[in-house]
Amino acid sequence: MLPMTAIAALAALTYGMRLAGPLLRGRMVVPARAERLFSDSATVLLIALAATSALTAGHGFAGWARPAGVLVGGLLAARRAPFPVVVVTAAAVTALLRLAGVP
Amino acid sequence: MAAARRERSRDAAGSGLYRDVALVCLADGIVGLSFGAAAVAGGLPWWVPVALSVLVFAGGSQIAAVGVVLGGGSPVAAVAAGAVLNTRLLPYGLAVADVMSPAAGDGARGSTWTAVRGWLTRIVGAHVITDESVAFALRQADPARRRIAFWTCGLALFAVWNVCVLLGVLAGSMITDTGAFGLDATFPAVVVALALPALTSRPVRKAAGAGAVIAVALTPVLPAGLPLLAALGGLAARRIGRRIGRRIGRRGPHGVDDQFTIDETTYQVRAGQAGGL
Repeated sequence: MLPMTAIAALAALTYGMRLAGPLLRGRMVVPARAERLFSDSATVLLIALAATSALTAGHGFAGWARPAGVLVGGLLAARRAPFPVVVVTAAAVTALLRLAGVP
Repeated sequence: MAAARRERSRDAAGSGLYRDVALVCLADGIVGLSFGAAAVAGGLPWWVPVALSVLVFAGGSQIAAVGVVLGGGSPVAAVAAGAVLNTRLLPYGLAVADVMSPAAGDGARGSTWTAVRGWLTRIVGAHVITDESVAFALRQADPARRRIAFWTCGLALFAVWNVCVLLGVLAGSMITDTGAFGLDATFPAVVVALALPALTSRPVRKAAGAGAVIAVALTPVLPAGLPLLAALGGLAARRIGRRIGRRIGRRGPHGVDDQFTIDETTYQVRAGQAGGL
């Protein structure tokens, strides 16, 4: 569950980071190293989120159908397939595997 | 005749922007639909994805926050993950600050109204800073066109994103068996598609691989949400990789990866990539 206070906190933090730019204009330069750290952290988090949400459910293994669908979707994304194709294919592969009895 | 042709070519330039913005809105709209549907299908009340979309309005962090809580993680872990993803908005804001300041000549009179309008512009404009609006703005060299591109993309995206999330919520609440439709696979697939374009350099790929291994390995033992934050430890792999690379003297073409310059090209390349939609 995500309570309203948590949503408000994330909204406030996000808006703060957005407004800082226009307010600090000309008075601040983000060091290249810091900026690189920001962007690398975002990438690492996303890939870790993709891995955990594809492979795990709760504290255990999610079964084969889901990661298989995600893998096919990921391969399509790597081949620059459009977003809708990636999403629909991932769901379809997982659904078909489950239909065939794969957990 | 010449005037008509000029008119037409100016139209073409303008409609090129509108067409590109429409395409981006369409792509993001589909992500919004699946975000709304997956969030309620996963068991969250309808107002959670809706409030996130209006108030946070940053797709990657919304998806991450919902992903953490759907995985059983605490709200604190969800907020932390979302906030880390949004740190990139700070340099974005610095890059497009000019489109939110009063246009040249406007401020000359210095009336109260001009000041109020300047502040309103900043307050609203800051909220529509996204990967996409920044990318569109930075693609234009002319200040007036930058302004048009930023505001067109930012406002259109805000409208489309929120409408589509709402539609997704409606659709998601009608689906009872999410497993049978493979809906649980759409979430990680969207996240992969978001992150892939940012995996351009070798150190980042190493860091992301290490982070994923750390997060998956810790999932059985740590409370949900924490493994994701622990994945940031994977960032250390960048440095190790670089040091080893230097020691064996294999700089080669990968030496380029270590260079990092802030300029508009970098923003263009990165905007719409890591964590963006």
